[in-house]
Amino acid sequence: MADALTDADIKKIAKLSRLSLPDSQVGAVRTQLSSILGHIAQLQAVEVAGVEPMAHPLRIVNRLGADEPKAAMPVEELLRNAPAVEDRYLAVPKVLGDGGGA
Amino acid sequence: MNRPLVEICGDVRAGKVTARSRVEAYLAEIARREPEIHAFNELHADAARAQADAIDATVRGGGDPGPLAGAVIAIKDNIVMREGRTTCSSRMLENYRSPFDATVIDRLRAAGAVFIGKTNLDEFAMGSSTENSAFGVTRNPHDPARVAGGSSGGSAAAVSAGFCDAALGSDTGGSIRQPAALCGCVGFKPTYGRVSRYGLVAFGSSLDQIGPFARSVEDATLVYDSLVGRDPSDSTTADVAHEPLAAKVREPLTRLRVGIPREYRSAANAPAVAAALDRAIAAARAFGAEIVDIDLPLTDLGISTYYVIAPAEASSNLARFDGIRYGHRAKLAPGEDLEALYSKSRAEGFGPEVQRRILLGTYVLSSGYYDAYYKRALQVRRLIKEEFDRAFEKCDVILGPTSPIPAFPIGGMKDPLSMYLCDVYTVNTNIAGIPGISLNAGFADEGGRRLPIGIQLQSKAFDEETLLRAATMFERALG
Repeated sequence: MADALTDADIKKIAKLSRLSLPDSQVGAVRTQLSSILGHIAQLQAVEVAGVEPMAHPLRIVNRLGADEPKAAMPVEELLRNAPAVEDRYLAVPKVLGDGGGA
Repeated sequence: MNRPLVEICGDVRAGKVTARSRVEAYLAEIARREPEIHAFNELHADAARAQADAIDATVRGGGDPGPLAGAVIAIKDNIVMREGRTTCSSRMLENYRSPFDATVIDRLRAAGAVFIGKTNLDEFAMGSSTENSAFGVTRNPHDPARVAGGSSGGSAAAVSAGFCDAALGSDTGGSIRQPAALCGCVGFKPTYGRVSRYGLVAFGSSLDQIGPFARSVEDATLVYDSLVGRDPSDSTTADVAHEPLAAKVREPLTRLRVGIPREYRSAANAPAVAAALDRAIAAARAFGAEIVDIDLPLTDLGISTYYVIAPAEASSNLARFDGIRYGHRAKLAPGEDLEALYSKSRAEGFGPEVQRRILLGTYVLSSGYYDAYYKRALQVRRLIKEEFDRAFEKCDVILGPTSPIPAFPIGGMKDPLSMYLCDVYTVNTNIAGIPGISLNAGFADEGGRRLPIGIQLQSKAFDEETLLRAATMFERALG
């Protein structure tokens, strides 16, 4: 936990986040995240053994809707905000091939 | 226009005043002062006039437009409406037009409200000053050189500047209560699950809650009454009975126990904030409340817990902005692939604070760090909630400052962490999912300007009745 963030860590996080980060900004981001994580490190001192994680404030279980067909939103309306459209489809660059890896 | 909203709407329903004339009066005030304040991302003047005319026609025809007839309401620009654009104050959504209305919009419209426009915010509600907006900062109506707070700074400034009767905001870690405190109006975050989030652009889904800004506790309650309740489109809305509270908030509570956490009397509080808290405590004694000293030793862990959970949820929620279906799409160089489209679109569309939180959230969820950060934060979250549960065995409401400092100068808070630390009194409310309200408790004199100081009350989950009735008692005693 006390490991200091490296520039390589920042580049990896940026890639996982799908945020292109110019090399010139890596150092500044590292400094800011390190400062925030340095503060957050206080959580490590809390005794949490046996405490059930609380992901949500409400005790609700899955809610199932009625299995009834409803009118869907018109495709034209949904596509109105799309940055690139061909016919009635979203246009995207080539997907297959060297996808950059993950 | 400072009469109770319930009376104003009553006059509209009785035909004594027209909704149209009220809209015109607000538009005139907006024309006069909005260039200085910049509360709005977009005004809906013509749509508001048309809505008002329709309400007036209903009244003339003998119909009842509803309990909010002619109430002029501004909407934070992360709540979707068909009318105009919903930008979240982000380049990413600069031209986004929602194909549907949020549930809260449907409900307010059904109650007779008129929508005057969309208000500025920190981009995607991430910030405490509205300086992170891609479309410029909102200025504090009490001192335009200072921030309005955030993230719902535009909604707070709009109410305080007299641009509308009330406004909606969203509160993930204090984004309704803190700007209300800094601008001198009332800001109310209901219990998590009371108000539908359907149509609120998601930030931290286990923390986000919509609530009203208004000139008084009673006005805020009147708006809240129309928002609350189960929504089939939001499965996290609670099945908990609600009866309208606006007619009850003026009834004083007997035997009210007001808890004062030792930790809320921090040395970090500005002198004017400490003085306002002392004044509120004296007022509570004067109206017969019992003052109970309590301890909330985990208070200081709230910021750390919040700045793990909220960025973690944000990094997941904001994954949807990929430049494909809606939002900003980057121009690619020849040969660049789909992943470059994602990464460039997001880097161009999101501002620095949003990117910082996505990176932080991605880190705390990533392999090798998940248990140490995210899981541990969720465990501390439960400890914080249990600490509140124990406190509410000793008291009915918890009183403290809303913000440790009054409005600060625009550009005066350079370091992100310093800004985060100012959320110390508000984040735990969201972490525990309980309701909180901020109301004015006086002013700080700062260079010839009077800067509002807010106090916050918190109560048990789903006990809005106690919270709002107690808040009304404080409002009267301090007013």
